[in-house]
Amino acid sequence: MTVTLLLEQMFNGLQSGVMLFLIAAGLTLILGIMDFVFLAHGAQVMIGAYAAASLTALTGNFLVGIVLAIPITFASGFLLEFLLIRHLYRRDHMDQVLATFGLILFFNELIRIGFGPAALFSDLPKALSGFVNILPDAPYPMFRLVVIIVGLACAIGIHMLVSHTRVGAMVRAGANNEAMTAALGINIRLLRRFVFAVGACFAGVAGMMIGPLTAVEPGMGEPLLILSLVVIIIGGIGSVRGAFVAAVLVGMVDTMGRVLLPVILRSFMGQAAADGAGPALASMMVYILMSLVLVFKPTGLFPPKG
Amino acid sequence: MLRLHEVEAGYGSAQVLFGVSFAIEAGACVSLMGRNGMGKTTTVRTIMGQLPLRGGSIDRFGDATPGRESFELARAGIGLVPEGRQIFSNLTVVENLSTFHRPARDGETLWTMDTVLDLFPRLRERLGHAGNNLSGGEQQMLAIGRALMTNPRLLILDEATEGLAPIIRQQIWDCLAMLKAAGQSILVIDKNIGALARLADHHCILEKGRVVWQGDSAALRADPQLTSRYLGV
Repeated sequence: MTVTLLLEQMFNGLQSGVMLFLIAAGLTLILGIMDFVFLAHGAQVMIGAYAAASLTALTGNFLVGIVLAIPITFASGFLLEFLLIRHLYRRDHMDQVLATFGLILFFNELIRIGFGPAALFSDLPKALSGFVNILPDAPYPMFRLVVIIVGLACAIGIHMLVSHTRVGAMVRAGANNEAMTAALGINIRLLRRFVFAVGACFAGVAGMMIGPLTAVEPGMGEPLLILSLVVIIIGGIGSVRGAFVAAVLVGMVDTMGRVLLPVILRSFMGQAAADGAGPALASMMVYILMSLVLVFKPTGLFPPKG
Repeated sequence: MLRLHEVEAGYGSAQVLFGVSFAIEAGACVSLMGRNGMGKTTTVRTIMGQLPLRGGSIDRFGDATPGRESFELARAGIGLVPEGRQIFSNLTVVENLSTFHRPARDGETLWTMDTVLDLFPRLRERLGHAGNNLSGGEQQMLAIGRALMTNPRLLILDEATEGLAPIIRQQIWDCLAMLKAAGQSILVIDKNIGALARLADHHCILEKGRVVWQGDSAALRADPQLTSRYLGV
């Protein structure tokens, strides 16, 4: 185990963490503030990835593809809320689970019909496909670095939007006391639609960035949905700041666990046993982390105020 | 300005209002009195569109369309200072005010961040504090300031002096007298009959969801029986 490899894995952990945050940020607001169980948030990731991949193929330019795909993800969140979700706010959580689980199946099938079951692959532009040295003699894929930078920039953007704009204050006021917010002239229904659309948009951006790193295929959002639910529970449901800390934590623990656990286990058990137990244990690490947080801080690391 | 005609409302199967009628003219200050559970807050909630109208009609600023939503009524010009203040505890004092600012729909915009803070200088010292870091009196000032930021045509105060120290109460009453002198239409609910008689022009007493007495301050003072019959504990 070299320092270079460790550093590379730390960057990978950070990259996976910031992407998880983009997905979890909107979901934590939908779950915590609107008290709505939305399982189809992973589909927004997939929609973003497909929109960007096909628009990139169409225009021949990755950046243009992304820029054109962003409004599509915003519109998909907006329309989904308008057509279906708003009718479900007053229903109980089980109805919301059933309806939005149905949406997962619907979107996966829709994508399968439209694009086929095979994964899409998009070529990265030359400028993004090389390596950069993050330390002397420590090359790191350029695109992964770009993903980290985009993720951090979006995180700052989300923070500014929620904490330093008037519409962000409206969202927080609505989270605190919806009836009073409405009694002061704020259209809560429009506010919810906006949160949904912005949440879908950031989840879509995560899909656009993850797409070239993994496979753009039907059902690609679901593993990410499960991880972002873990992030939301660790961070505290409804807390954007908590989601950020938890996302980086989960990204790190997941990535480092997969690399380090087999090495650690090998130091006190046989090679074969360690190679068997390591990956199995590594894939459980984030859930063990979640369980520990639930035991010691049942409301998460940063439960929202008020 | 506001005209209630035989208003009926309630919660679930429990009807609370059984035909409430009264009116507020432009620039007037009207009080709503009555013991606990007689329907004062229910009346306010119905006026504000937070409870559906089950019978009768409410004309707000010449518009009697039923089913108007709370946010539309706030935009039309009703400013609510609710029972229990309901400050947004996760917003700072500045945000509690600035988020809800709305210019006046007619004439000049009287209330801005500056004029509200001039009215309540104590809030100026607390601008960056979270809403839940304020004393009860400061929270009440913030709740009134927040309603004024919407530049309301009609200000509704539900128990605005409840649970406050006497000196703070007096400040709130002085502030309301100032607002009234400036021409603000007000509907005020309170338990302090003396202060209400000094402030309001017209009084309505609610009993079991009906207005059982209406009159001006002179008539209220002239009949000490009213107090013991409808308002005493």
